[in-house]
Amino acid sequence: MSEQTQLPELGAIGLARYFWRQLTSMRTALILLLLLALAAIPGSLIPQNAQNPMAVTDYFEKHRNLAIWFDRFSLFDVYSSPWFSAIYILLFISLIGCVLPRSVEHFQAARALPPKTPKNLVRMEHFQSWSANGNELEEARSWLKAKRFRVLVSEDSISAEKGYSRETGNLLFHTSLILILIGVLIGGLFGVRGSAILSQGERFVNNATSYDTISFGQITSENSLPPFSIKVDKFVAKYNTLTSAPEDYTLYVTTVAEPGATPKQQVVKVNSPLTFGSTRVYLQANGYSPIVTVQDKIGNVTFQGPVPFLPQDANLRSIGAIKVPDGDPQLGFVSSFVPTYERTSDQGAISAFPELLDPKLLFSIWQGDLGLDTGVPQSVYRIDTSNMKQIALDSLKPGEFLKFSEGTITFEDVVPWVNLQIVSDPGKSYSLIGGIVAILGLLASLFTRRRRIWIRVSAGEVQVAGLAKNGAPGLEIEMSEFVAKLRGI
Amino acid sequence: MSSQDWAYFSNYAIYSAMALFTLAFFGHAYETAWAVRTPNAASETEGNLVTKTFDSSRTQKAMRIATAMMILGFVFLLVGVVTRGLSAGRVPWGNMYEFSITGALAFTGAYLAALRKYDLRWLGVLVSISALLTLGTAITLLYVPSAPLVPALKSTWLVIHVSTAIISGGVFLLANVIAAAYLYLDNMETKGPRKVWAQRLPSLDDLDQLSYRLVAFVFPLWTFSVIAGAIWAESAWGRYWGWDPKETWAFITWVAYAAYLHARVTVGWRGRRAAWLCLIAGSTFLFNYVYVNVWGTGKHTYSGL
Repeated sequence: MSEQTQLPELGAIGLARYFWRQLTSMRTALILLLLLALAAIPGSLIPQNAQNPMAVTDYFEKHRNLAIWFDRFSLFDVYSSPWFSAIYILLFISLIGCVLPRSVEHFQAARALPPKTPKNLVRMEHFQSWSANGNELEEARSWLKAKRFRVLVSEDSISAEKGYSRETGNLLFHTSLILILIGVLIGGLFGVRGSAILSQGERFVNNATSYDTISFGQITSENSLPPFSIKVDKFVAKYNTLTSAPEDYTLYVTTVAEPGATPKQQVVKVNSPLTFGSTRVYLQANGYSPIVTVQDKIGNVTFQGPVPFLPQDANLRSIGAIKVPDGDPQLGFVSSFVPTYERTSDQGAISAFPELLDPKLLFSIWQGDLGLDTGVPQSVYRIDTSNMKQIALDSLKPGEFLKFSEGTITFEDVVPWVNLQIVSDPGKSYSLIGGIVAILGLLASLFTRRRRIWIRVSAGEVQVAGLAKNGAPGLEIEMSEFVAKLRGI
Repeated sequence: MSSQDWAYFSNYAIYSAMALFTLAFFGHAYETAWAVRTPNAASETEGNLVTKTFDSSRTQKAMRIATAMMILGFVFLLVGVVTRGLSAGRVPWGNMYEFSITGALAFTGAYLAALRKYDLRWLGVLVSISALLTLGTAITLLYVPSAPLVPALKSTWLVIHVSTAIISGGVFLLANVIAAAYLYLDNMETKGPRKVWAQRLPSLDDLDQLSYRLVAFVFPLWTFSVIAGAIWAESAWGRYWGWDPKETWAFITWVAYAAYLHARVTVGWRGRRAAWLCLIAGSTFLFNYVYVNVWGTGKHTYSGL
């Protein structure tokens, strides 16, 4: 008979248990923790789609081949990539597998008494002995009780332990990390985030079509938007006269919480957003919107209104496009706007200061096909002039107008615009609570010392000893206080 | 005094602090070098074993003077930081120059505070030269005229978030210096007994414990600083976490120190491996400070350095 040597079979359950043990071991957790730190690095060195999509596009243009490979490994979306997710999901499973059993154990041990006094105290640390005079045990018990030790009294000895809150804090800390992650998940599933540019005087009504960009959480729909509205009454920006650095932005708005509610006048600043329930409205950016009117040859108004321009530098030299698709032929004004006009020999027209000291609109007029019907999305700040021809070039101050071959353009006035970011994140309060509990738990677990003190009185001799877990310092001081008290020194 | 006067006053105070740290450095260097007594040539000819001995009695004075200079330097630096704040009419944490001088203040402060409990004067050479280099870089490369804050920084959270971050940084740096000293001495001990000048330095065990204590002490503060930053980001930028480079590196630092604490407390790493992990964690903090402020992009870089 031939016998084959066989490896013992683990079976499905055994195998699962083996992997579970491996995953929840401290060593694995440590490796995962270090991996997580490592995996977070590329996202800070390579431009990310979520933070800076323009830089990603740039990168694709400059390093085409490298970018394709980066993209295959989700290196432009590190924090939502499968491999990053895999690490933190494994870490959190490991964490739960570690914290749950320990919590149960700790809960059961919450009322447990310390273990019995060891037989041989002489071998323990902080050992001391002296001859007894009778009531040491009673004195020791009251001292230990007063110091909130847990005490197990037997006929000739006392075993006392203190510092259970170390483990409580430890467990609380790790549980709160799970709570933070739950908060992030809720935000991702139920949150809404969008932005809208509004010129001074305009009104924003909170529905999906009012947004310039909007993204919904995985299980959120358009119907979940609360029906508030915001009217931009006035925006005031103050700048440092020497450095042009902004010193203050204040936005005055009139808000209506829901149709029919009384309008409310409110002020928004960079660090103090508007709040509507779980939705908050933030002041994110600002610039200038020239108000222009364009008329055709017979005087019909073909375009009128404020056009937001995109700031290019600290002094708010801005570029923009005025598109008039309703005329025949179509007209486009490739424009730039400077709040404080200044002419330099090398750069041409620049802005010398971000406030409206000498505003000027500079533009070239193009006629032809604006290309708006091609279906390709276009920048609102730029005009594709490939199918157009330039017919004029000029500049205007507010109140001035220009007659050209196809009609008239009037630069009526200029008003500021603001970019409002509208965010609803119903998960953030969970994360906040998680964060606060995490700190409290951390403090308890790092600064509580777990230690035991024993005393035995037998054959006319008092013996004391102590044990500090995790080698925590300070027990020798406590021991000497204890001994001093007992010996009446 | 006008804000201009305060700014000048602050600069003079910083220069004075640098002069004092220089003196402290020479004091410490002198006592480190001269406390080693070399036997004279006569004893050599007698055929005795020639051994250098350690004798700090003749350098006690230098040591005391150096420590006094450190304290005085700290006071001047404190004055410099406070008057910088007065000149700008706000807390002095608006740009990298101000972070650097406040960071040097936190670092020397952490050293002096630790000095009350542990005899760390052997670290004086390293501490004084580090403070000096930080201040020197700040005043030559990073200096910007005192100015008010941009609107995004106008918040109470600036005080809370940045002060805790700077204090954490100072203590992390100190833990790093001690971990580096550990590795250096450990290396020396594997080759034989310690050199004489190094004999008065604490035992490897003590160094190991000390750097752990510093990290364990300041880790909750760092956690708090990151969370305070998240709360502030929520009110200024509309999200509490956005993987901005600064945030990412703060997270990396946090995770690295969390790994260090776990490695020590739970897995029982001691000594060399723990010291290396501590150094790596600390360098992620430095990288965050230097790289993200100077070359990085993102929302934390509006300070104009």
